[in-house]
Amino acid sequence: MSAKPKLYYFAGRGKMESIRWLLAAAGVEFEEEFLETRDQYEKLLQSGSLLFQQVPMVEMDGMRMVQTRAILSYIAAKYNLYGKDLKERALIDMYVGGTDDLMGFILMFPFLSAEDKEKQRAIIVQKATSRYFPVYEKVLKDHRQDFLVGNSFSWADVHLLEAILMVEEKKSDVLSGFPQLEAFKARISSIPTIKKFLEPGSQRKPVPDDKYVETVRRVLRMYYDVKAN
Amino acid sequence: MSGKPRLHYFNGRGRMESIRWLLAAAGVEFEESYLEKKEDLTKLQKDGSLLFQQVPMVEIDGMKLVQTRAICNYIATKYSLYGKDLKERALIDMYVEGMFDLNELLMTYEIQPAEKKEQHFANMMDKAENRYFPVFEKVLKDHGKDFLVGNQLSRADVQLLEILLMAEEFKPDILAKFPLLQSFKARLSNIPTIKKFLQPGSQRKPPSDEDIIDKTMKIFY
Repeated sequence: MSAKPKLYYFAGRGKMESIRWLLAAAGVEFEEEFLETRDQYEKLLQSGSLLFQQVPMVEMDGMRMVQTRAILSYIAAKYNLYGKDLKERALIDMYVGGTDDLMGFILMFPFLSAEDKEKQRAIIVQKATSRYFPVYEKVLKDHRQDFLVGNSFSWADVHLLEAILMVEEKKSDVLSGFPQLEAFKARISSIPTIKKFLEPGSQRKPVPDDKYVETVRRVLRMYYDVKAN
Repeated sequence: MSGKPRLHYFNGRGRMESIRWLLAAAGVEFEESYLEKKEDLTKLQKDGSLLFQQVPMVEIDGMKLVQTRAICNYIATKYSLYGKDLKERALIDMYVEGMFDLNELLMTYEIQPAEKKEQHFANMMDKAENRYFPVFEKVLKDHGKDFLVGNQLSRADVQLLEILLMAEEFKPDILAKFPLLQSFKARLSNIPTIKKFLQPGSQRKPPSDEDIIDKTMKIFY
């Protein structure tokens, strides 16, 4: 096992993207092995590397970690992005839960039919602007600090930036009406590690396209129709 | 706010049940406010108690915690059910997230439309018997200890017991091929706080029947 974390997933965002973001934000270099064929996946399954037969899987610190939340929590704690005490951790967990739910509406988007995509786009925007963005807008407005929790950069900030950018891809002016979030987005984007991740050539993955969908379906043999949640 | 945690949810298992299990296992007494009609939920939403307008919500230590994982993480840490270091926490998290996935399948069975129920049932039983239970059977076999992680009781054990019992409600002989899970179940069920929770009259909720589902759908949808 190399010294750097190694990520096993498709060459696309999916559930691995939040992990890429967090490692990048922490300034941690990582390697990636991309699943492209069914054979590769079956080999991985047979090697016993996937605890529940699923990816994401991240090799790090002598472990083969699976389950996105487990991986993210570990990285956050290891790189001091998880608050300074139990109460801050509770706040971070709550905020991350919200952005996770929001990004969950976008996760299956590429797999939807054209008609369902339009409906889902409207749902994403509606949830973002009526349920989620107002919460983070208020948090920032109330404490007037640069970061969501404890006046210090945390996983919650990284995750929120990721969510904001993803929703903006669905509606570019979605932040109008959220001045705190506009300022937050600019501020966090200019943090050196994040700025680097946002530049072309980084390991950040682009908006999923049909090729990505095809790869996932082929590798996982996931040929059923996907409906929006 | 009283000294005891107060749970806000409907009078049924859903996403609150894992939280009830954890508190009970930790020997923490708690109170419950049940949502019975839509107005009960709206009231909580309007008074700003629900960060994302959703339940579960738990009032504890001066906070109104939402998000099931956030609540479980807080309780587990506070009551020393989360391992002794980062690596043990990682193992616990991996196991618990797997159980969470299986729980989702079990939990959503009742709300499946009639024509999808059979397929859903087959899928959840298949996942329980072929994806999840073999993992935990192997963990116990490999280290030969009483508990899943670090040779001491953790939330992983509590949540595994919860899910074993739920799976058995669907298929009583589901543990037939898993002797270590059977002895795990017996052993964990005997822990005094858990034994108490498993007795009639505790705050453990029964499986949801059609009535409860109907009522709940009216509150939330």
